[in-house]
Amino acid sequence: MDRIAGIINLDHEQDVLDELTYFRCSAAVPFAGRYRMIDFIISNMSNSRIPSIAVFARRKYRSLMDHLEQGKAWDMDRKQGGLFILPPDWNDPTDISKGDLQHFHNNIDFITRTLADYIVISGTQNICNINFRDVLKEHKQSGADVTVVYKKVEELQPEHNRSHKLTMDEDGRVIDIHNDHRNTNVYMDMFIVEKDYLYEMVEDCIAHGCSHLFLDGIKAKLPGIHIHAFQYEGSYALINSVESYYRHSKRLLNEVDHEDLFKQDAPIFTKVKNEPPTKYSPDSHVTNALVANGCSIEGHVEDSILFRGVKVAKGAVIKNSIIMQRCQIDSNAVLENVIVDKSCHISSDRTLIGAPEKPYVVAKRASI
Amino acid sequence: MKKECVAMLLAGGQGTRLKSLTKQIAKPAVYFGGKYRIIDFPLSNCTNSGIDTVGVLTQYEPMILNSYIGIGSDWDLDRQYGGVSVLPPYVQSEEGGGWYTGTANAIYRNIKFLTQYDPEHVLILSGDHIYKMDYSEMLEYHKQSEADATISVIEVPWEEASRFGLMNTNESGVITDFDEKPEHPKSNLASMGVYIFRWDVLKRYLMDDADKENSSNDFGKDIIPAMLGDHKRMMAYTFDGYWKDVGTVTSLWEANMDLLEEDPALELNDHSWRIYSKNPNQPPQYISHKASIHNALISEGSRIHGTIEHSVIFDGVHVGEGSVIKDSVIMPEAKIGRNVTINRAIISADSVIEDGSVIGDTSPSSDITLVADEESVIAKSYLEQSVN
Repeated sequence: MDRIAGIINLDHEQDVLDELTYFRCSAAVPFAGRYRMIDFIISNMSNSRIPSIAVFARRKYRSLMDHLEQGKAWDMDRKQGGLFILPPDWNDPTDISKGDLQHFHNNIDFITRTLADYIVISGTQNICNINFRDVLKEHKQSGADVTVVYKKVEELQPEHNRSHKLTMDEDGRVIDIHNDHRNTNVYMDMFIVEKDYLYEMVEDCIAHGCSHLFLDGIKAKLPGIHIHAFQYEGSYALINSVESYYRHSKRLLNEVDHEDLFKQDAPIFTKVKNEPPTKYSPDSHVTNALVANGCSIEGHVEDSILFRGVKVAKGAVIKNSIIMQRCQIDSNAVLENVIVDKSCHISSDRTLIGAPEKPYVVAKRASI
Repeated sequence: MKKECVAMLLAGGQGTRLKSLTKQIAKPAVYFGGKYRIIDFPLSNCTNSGIDTVGVLTQYEPMILNSYIGIGSDWDLDRQYGGVSVLPPYVQSEEGGGWYTGTANAIYRNIKFLTQYDPEHVLILSGDHIYKMDYSEMLEYHKQSEADATISVIEVPWEEASRFGLMNTNESGVITDFDEKPEHPKSNLASMGVYIFRWDVLKRYLMDDADKENSSNDFGKDIIPAMLGDHKRMMAYTFDGYWKDVGTVTSLWEANMDLLEEDPALELNDHSWRIYSKNPNQPPQYISHKASIHNALISEGSRIHGTIEHSVIFDGVHVGEGSVIKDSVIMPEAKIGRNVTINRAIISADSVIEDGSVIGDTSPSSDITLVADEESVIAKSYLEQSVN
């Protein structure tokens, strides 16, 4: 079996989820009732039998480190390989690298030492359930230097504004990478490359003062290098704004979308919390909801997502909202179109109503 | 390295009164409370009480139990020194060996295991009961009263007392007499099957007992009466929390229903005394717009399209549209079709219930229906197994 290693590069992910990313990077934002955004890519890598993963983190990574620990929940606590969280502690006086190349230069040992022949590089904002073994297969068949992953979306959404789009020939060879808003082949910020090729690419970029591995090392080299495009066909969501976060979260209330993302044979893993089952009281009224364990529900919950350990008191009404872990919603409070970050306390009789297209966000540990 | 107290958990019970729920698993592996197995309770109690060395004595149908316990990491019992050890019966070169012949024999045959830790005290537990208990408080009591043995007891209603092994005590808590299921109880202090012994004392009694030809090698029948006969200092330690023997289908069902009370005597949502278990790592519960849920415990990975009333639903359970589940326990990964009616029943793990099935009886005096065969696919009529 070919060996693959993974690099999760957070350098290009801006913390633009408003209150949700005040104190954490977007990779660590809670999503889908019990996960963090980064769980999806790590689970995908783990399910693709990628035993060694480096996470290039630059800022607001405390919450991320707390969540990932040694990677045990994803089966990444390995003797050979494992999970490496690599924040910027850089002391090389001869270092001339810039941009995300700094991560590659200062962590070049991860690339040179790994036993893998191939390396997958990905961000965390493209939520999907992908098997990188399929990507590798196509990569080898095509004989390409680099294989990039894309999704053909039905129509572009606001979150795709800054995504690169791909134009291919009939063999799937990329002929152009651009930002044409009429093209719906959205690049998913994931590619696979041979280890030695990556090493050369990194050295070359640094030698030429480049600051962006994908733009300078891959996109700018067209048409001189062979880039193959792998079409991903499964469940897909790009989350890079509060609006896209809210819309894609709510899509999971549709059973078909839910089943597409959470597959039996490719589960998404996350840190376990040993919460008991959720308790629904005789007066509770819950419909169309995703509910994690450890909740206690006495009120009304509709078209909403409750994370672990949320308490909803009698008479409270929660509609079209996302309530993160360990929040307490007191009696007769009304929440509609609201995202409440973790450990908030909404006291009795408060009413918080956002707009369906722009939910009201309550920052972590707020007491209202 | 010396350990003050090592726990020995008797997990070999067959649990025949649980009928086909224990056809393929030992009783301690039976499911309880929406995400747990019975053995999670004593194991979590150990870890929460600071007891980090536990021997688990297996015998009957050990496969699931062995893989479930693993290296004990789910209960924080994966330790550099100590931790959890599964101790199955084995063959010895000279004595022969074979099955554990009784609870005392199981400990006797593992004297070597205990000797490694050179413990002062040994805590004997069983894998049959649901309770949250701080064993360190009992150990403290045992040490302070300088007892040779301390037996944890719980007050039971007088009218039920004759179902239990009862301790007669004097006013200072010293056990004077022990009656196994007496017709005319003199006490209502029932033994909980939780004992602490001074290891040097117990070891002597185990060795003496092993030499007796006609002994049944049982703690209740042989060891404790022998110690009482020798006037060893034996104390009763009164426990006043929730404790339930889930040895029958009815009591298992009742214990699950107890969790649905408004202020349950056994609170599972307790951060100071968590009950740990293997977490299936499944997505959150999916509650559809057609679902209706009142008074229920539901766990992750389940998908609910029907009506749930006063029931306990384990992880990965699917309930189809139009189905009504009432006063029931649905164990992991059971798939309930559409328009199914289930009343006062336990549906075992991995069962598949066909559309339109009717299971159970609504009458409050009726027996609990048990559907317990993972291959069973229930047609319109239903497979029923009534129990006492």
